[in-house]
Amino acid sequence: MSSATAGHVSPGHADHGHDDHHHATPTGWRRWLFATNHKDIGTMYLIFSFVMLLEGGTLALLLRTELFEPGLQFFRPELFNQFTTMHGLIMVFGAIMPAFVGFANWMVPLQIGASDMAFARMNNFSFWLLPVGGIMLTASFFVPGGATAAGWTLYAPLSLQMGPGMDLAIFTMHILGASSIMGAINIIVTILNMRAPGMTLMKMPLFCWTWLITAFLLIAVLPVLAAAITMLLTDRHFGTGFFNAAMGGDPVLYQHVFWFFGHPEVYIMILPAFGIVSAIVPAFARKKLFGYASMVYATASIAVLSFIVWAHHMFSTGMPVTAQLYFMYATMLISIPTGVKVFNWIATMWKGSMTFETPMLFAVGFIFVFTMGGFTGLILSVAPIDIQVHDTYYVVAHFHYVLVAGSLFALFAGTYYWLPKWTGYMYSEKLGKLHFWSSLISFNVTFFPMHFMGLAGMPRRYADYAAQFTTFHQIATIGAFWFGLSQLIFLYAVLRCYAGRGERAPAKPWEGAEGLEWTVPSPAPFHTFETPPEVK
Amino acid sequence: MDETPYFEVSMKKFRGLLGACALLVGNVAIAQVQDMPGGPRVNQLNLHEGVTSIARDAVWLHWMMLSICMVIFVGVFGVMFYSIWAHRKSRGVKPATFHEHLGVEVAWTVIPFIIVIAMALPATRTVVAMKDTSSADMTVKVTGYQWKWGYEYLDGAATGVKFLSTLSTPRAQIEGREPKGQFYLMEVDKPMVVPVDKKVRVVLTAADVIHSWMVPEFGVKQDAIPGFLRDTWFRAEQVGTYRGQCAELCGKDHAFMPIVVEVKSQEDYDKWVDEQKQAMAANADDPTKEWTPEELIARGEQVYTANCVACHQATGKGVPPTFPPLDGDKVVLGPKAEQINTVLRGKPGTAMAAFGGQLNDVEIAAAITYTRNAWSNAGKGQDPVVQPSDVTAAR
Repeated sequence: MSSATAGHVSPGHADHGHDDHHHATPTGWRRWLFATNHKDIGTMYLIFSFVMLLEGGTLALLLRTELFEPGLQFFRPELFNQFTTMHGLIMVFGAIMPAFVGFANWMVPLQIGASDMAFARMNNFSFWLLPVGGIMLTASFFVPGGATAAGWTLYAPLSLQMGPGMDLAIFTMHILGASSIMGAINIIVTILNMRAPGMTLMKMPLFCWTWLITAFLLIAVLPVLAAAITMLLTDRHFGTGFFNAAMGGDPVLYQHVFWFFGHPEVYIMILPAFGIVSAIVPAFARKKLFGYASMVYATASIAVLSFIVWAHHMFSTGMPVTAQLYFMYATMLISIPTGVKVFNWIATMWKGSMTFETPMLFAVGFIFVFTMGGFTGLILSVAPIDIQVHDTYYVVAHFHYVLVAGSLFALFAGTYYWLPKWTGYMYSEKLGKLHFWSSLISFNVTFFPMHFMGLAGMPRRYADYAAQFTTFHQIATIGAFWFGLSQLIFLYAVLRCYAGRGERAPAKPWEGAEGLEWTVPSPAPFHTFETPPEVK
Repeated sequence: MDETPYFEVSMKKFRGLLGACALLVGNVAIAQVQDMPGGPRVNQLNLHEGVTSIARDAVWLHWMMLSICMVIFVGVFGVMFYSIWAHRKSRGVKPATFHEHLGVEVAWTVIPFIIVIAMALPATRTVVAMKDTSSADMTVKVTGYQWKWGYEYLDGAATGVKFLSTLSTPRAQIEGREPKGQFYLMEVDKPMVVPVDKKVRVVLTAADVIHSWMVPEFGVKQDAIPGFLRDTWFRAEQVGTYRGQCAELCGKDHAFMPIVVEVKSQEDYDKWVDEQKQAMAANADDPTKEWTPEELIARGEQVYTANCVACHQATGKGVPPTFPPLDGDKVVLGPKAEQINTVLRGKPGTAMAAFGGQLNDVEIAAAITYTRNAWSNAGKGQDPVVQPSDVTAAR
């Protein structure tokens, strides 16, 4: 199948050829349960991830409530640990990852001029696995002993002590992992086979490039996670001793296998965010992206480096000196391609003609705050400093700067940017700006004081703390509630568009935007690019 | 004269409001918090100054990294914010058309590379120093338990000194029934004691799950891994008390197993060693002696309180299902052999640790006897009294 004809014979439409538009759009529950349309599936991904964001966010607020004062006020430490663990699992596997797959579903076919994703039915399956996983994970709170409380990293042997909630978490990870692998295969095949004629790889929007690379990362490392948690499962129930020293195993082996997945996972959650920002900055600077080719190479080198730095999460396990030095050097190298990206974005803005609508605000906010997380990452790569602040709030601050101000802000930026295309209506600029400023400020109020606490030695995953840390904990709690409530503005702003309130959006609502997605009407019709466009 | 009562009422309201604000801002106990010597200061902003060369190196490295990062940060975002200010559409700027420049791209790849090398060099020296545990003056074995630390002196004058170190903050402070003390959560019943200016090698392991032994003033954080030995070292240069906490999530009381190290002058340290040796001789339990039930129960209550309450609770009701009740339990009321075996060897796959290595025969026999006679168990089961000789036989 050549890429020129791919759009005509997507599965399910093969018999009908061009007759599709004579059929009515499927309606009612069938449209969603049996969905094979990339836009519907993309929407479902986004709704699912937002629901999970609210669930994970609620757990975070429960944690912050307990931590408002020293002492145990609201939750027993057992329950507190369950909240910490589930907050992490839900945000990583339920909110951030599926949200990016939702973006890929919506935007990759539109950006490369394909009629749909390559495997439409597998696309349906990979989505419907998510609610199964989400429900199973949430239900684990209600089994005897409650949800797993071993931390989202599920370190052995603590995870071997947990009750049946741990098994549910393991199965959930298997299911969500399978879903992600299918999603990744779909994205790779779509990008490699279904590009419109003339759309060479080096002409693709950067969002497609970052997702292509991310998809390869997913396929490479999710089986590794599956292996690690399967070994946990057999250690728990079938008498193996992979992580049990008494049986010749090694608890640290789990950490090596987990972080071999876990570090690329960090980039799985940030590379598509780079792609979104690389679409938005040029659009609102009204100037082409600076250094397109070097952006692609930088993304690829980050992906390659991500496989060889995993043990910087494990400096305190006591590795030999050579291993410590190697992982320190390799980790420092990652700052170079990451820096290149930041420089390219700023060079794109330089001498542009900028306006600051909400997507641009979030993109610039992303560059500014994510870079702070990048700097703390560089500081953490220095092993002697890492030994001091490992497993303290400094690390908590660092990864929330890259995951919330990084990934989540980019997701917000992308949502505002493409919302007119999805709904056909413009969001309220006033609400968008309110959401941005409220989120940006409350985010920093929440997480900036955590750097201080971490440097002073406040360990993470603590239900109670020395009273000397009280003020910073209270500031963080106030910020967290503020940040959480700010997201209701986002919900309202988005629902308003879906309800058809606001201005009607033209096909291309942004003056400087480029790409095939702006050549189709807003909202994007159910079927697009049935005849592939020509790209010159 | 109508105004006066109104004025009083409004003043009262005003005072009430002020009071409520004061309560919100911080309750009385928190307002009085002072710095914790050897632990965190109130609202501390940076790393501990450190009393070892490694900790001071970390502080220096952190300042170096922070300064370089700040310079880059100000430079890069100075450019960005200038651009945001100057290159706006609202100022009538027409966009430029350039979109690549090889020289610039090479420059901003190569220059960061050089900066990174400059950062790595001093860090390398410290990493090598941190990992050098050779030619230590003394060695202490540290064992992580759920949820306490065990210390055992392996060589030198204190050879054989061995004790457990548990949180000494009263439960009432944690639950808010008493005001919190200055050393809240970072105080223990028996601290580790070492001499000043001596290289102390710390050998770590754990009995159940991974723990992490952290003392920020020493620049030390080393995981304690069950079934494996890891080592680290410190040479404390100032007499004093230094505090840290467990840094690896280890279950429900992760936040309640602090580390306290007392650094003493050589003289004071020698004195401490003598006291320990004498106390050990006096306390030596004779496992061959026949103990009376009363003696065993009294001793057992102490052992139970120090080692068992965290899970099985003072009421014996446990926290089911993870930590089962002992009150009315089949094994506790059944033949003694099974209970002795459980306590000695633990229960694999559950949180029940093997106490055979932590407690001696008298302590185990006493604790078991106590559980068989406490709560509603008294007078119910078989074998109400377990003698140390029973435990010796079962080992």
